[in-house]
Amino acid sequence: MPERTPSQTVGPYLHIGLTPGRYGVREIFGPVVADAAMPGTHIRIEGRLVDGDGNVVPDALIEIWQADSQGRYAHPADGRPVASNSFRGFGRAPTDDDGAFFFETVKPGAVVSPNGVMQAPHINVGIFARGLLKRLFTRIYFPGEPANASDPILSLVPADRRDTLIAKPDAKNPSLLRFDIKLQGDGETVFFDA
Amino acid sequence: MGGEAGAGQGPVGLSRGPRKANPVVERPVTARDDQEADAMEDAYSRTGNAVDPPHLFPDYKGTARRAPSRPLIMIPQTLSEITGPVYGHSDVGPEEADLTKQHAGEPQGERIIVKGRLLDERGRPVPNSLVEIWQCNAAGRYIHKVDQHPAPLDPNFTGAGRCVTDENGTYQFTTIKPGAYPWRNHANAWRPAHIHFSLLGPSFLTRLVTQMYFPGDPLFPFDPIFNSVPDPKARERMIAKFDLDTTKPEWALGFVYDIVLRGSNATPTED
Repeated sequence: MPERTPSQTVGPYLHIGLTPGRYGVREIFGPVVADAAMPGTHIRIEGRLVDGDGNVVPDALIEIWQADSQGRYAHPADGRPVASNSFRGFGRAPTDDDGAFFFETVKPGAVVSPNGVMQAPHINVGIFARGLLKRLFTRIYFPGEPANASDPILSLVPADRRDTLIAKPDAKNPSLLRFDIKLQGDGETVFFDA
Repeated sequence: MGGEAGAGQGPVGLSRGPRKANPVVERPVTARDDQEADAMEDAYSRTGNAVDPPHLFPDYKGTARRAPSRPLIMIPQTLSEITGPVYGHSDVGPEEADLTKQHAGEPQGERIIVKGRLLDERGRPVPNSLVEIWQCNAAGRYIHKVDQHPAPLDPNFTGAGRCVTDENGTYQFTTIKPGAYPWRNHANAWRPAHIHFSLLGPSFLTRLVTQMYFPGDPLFPFDPIFNSVPDPKARERMIAKFDLDTTKPEWALGFVYDIVLRGSNATPTED
């Protein structure tokens, strides 16, 4: 049996290959995951990536993977048709000079879990950067969501760290959510191993 | 292919039938959690994860303030993890696999062919899967604005390519051999020549970004990124092999680089 190829960092020049629009290359992924016609509650997620010193991380890539508003993934292991043929559930955004990123999408529905308990609505997040030798994996949950209390994955997270996984509502704009990611130290975001 | 993947992967860990409940723990992750997670009929193998570098590798200075300090939380593999983005031949044109034909003229440097197969840990090909690459030019300079290495840019070279694996998991690029270049990790630090590879594979769990190196590079012993992989044999799997059969006479040297992704535990189904 062949053995796995190890992970290596994306390095600081990841944009050439992974978000190549600024180099005149057509992009097949971007931060807009759902177009205006997509059924569901449209949301914008904004965040900032910071390191253990609190410094912004300007050379990172955030990827998200999510279900549609009915909790269906555009993938054969799910198998159910999703709400729109144009919806693929995948988004990719580089951080900017301020470590900031955003996505425009729809709020996903609840997703089935291995023991039949429904998982609260969530978005899966992968983080790549210079200085990260392998991807980090976390989830965005939604504020004020009653299903969070019984979510089987959140239940595995120590109670005092769960808030790092729950997006913050905006005081004025109900469709805007904030999800900051702290790589290390006080308030460190919870990262998963699956 | 869709039906096959659905039949092979869907039922694993997803049945709603009677099954033991998830362990609910509110404490730091321990080795015992690992065993519990393994007992939950993972759709994807976890054992191969040991080939990857640690998050914190002090010789690579960039990891010091970016590596998580808390243990990762072990979680079961749910529908969210065993699914993943699906992109295929309709998303990428065949011309995107030739990095020497993206501009008016040909880039400077040694023309090469890089080909290989995308496989999983059970040796099964990973077909119809997106492969993205990026690299510096023959002089060791990236087109990127952050790269200030005083080597010439090449107006005929961007250094970005992509393709989709065929039904046998095979991919192929034409490009030029990248140069070595200096970086500021430590005194007189140089990266061995490499091409960055990004793979999606069939699920969120198979996502991989790695670097392909060239055989016999004298910089290997001094490179902390290469040496962050703990097992020397695993490091060798990141090095392409020169291949005379892939080499095109009077045109380009050929290198073969197979990439092995995390494997599904599902039994293969016949088409």
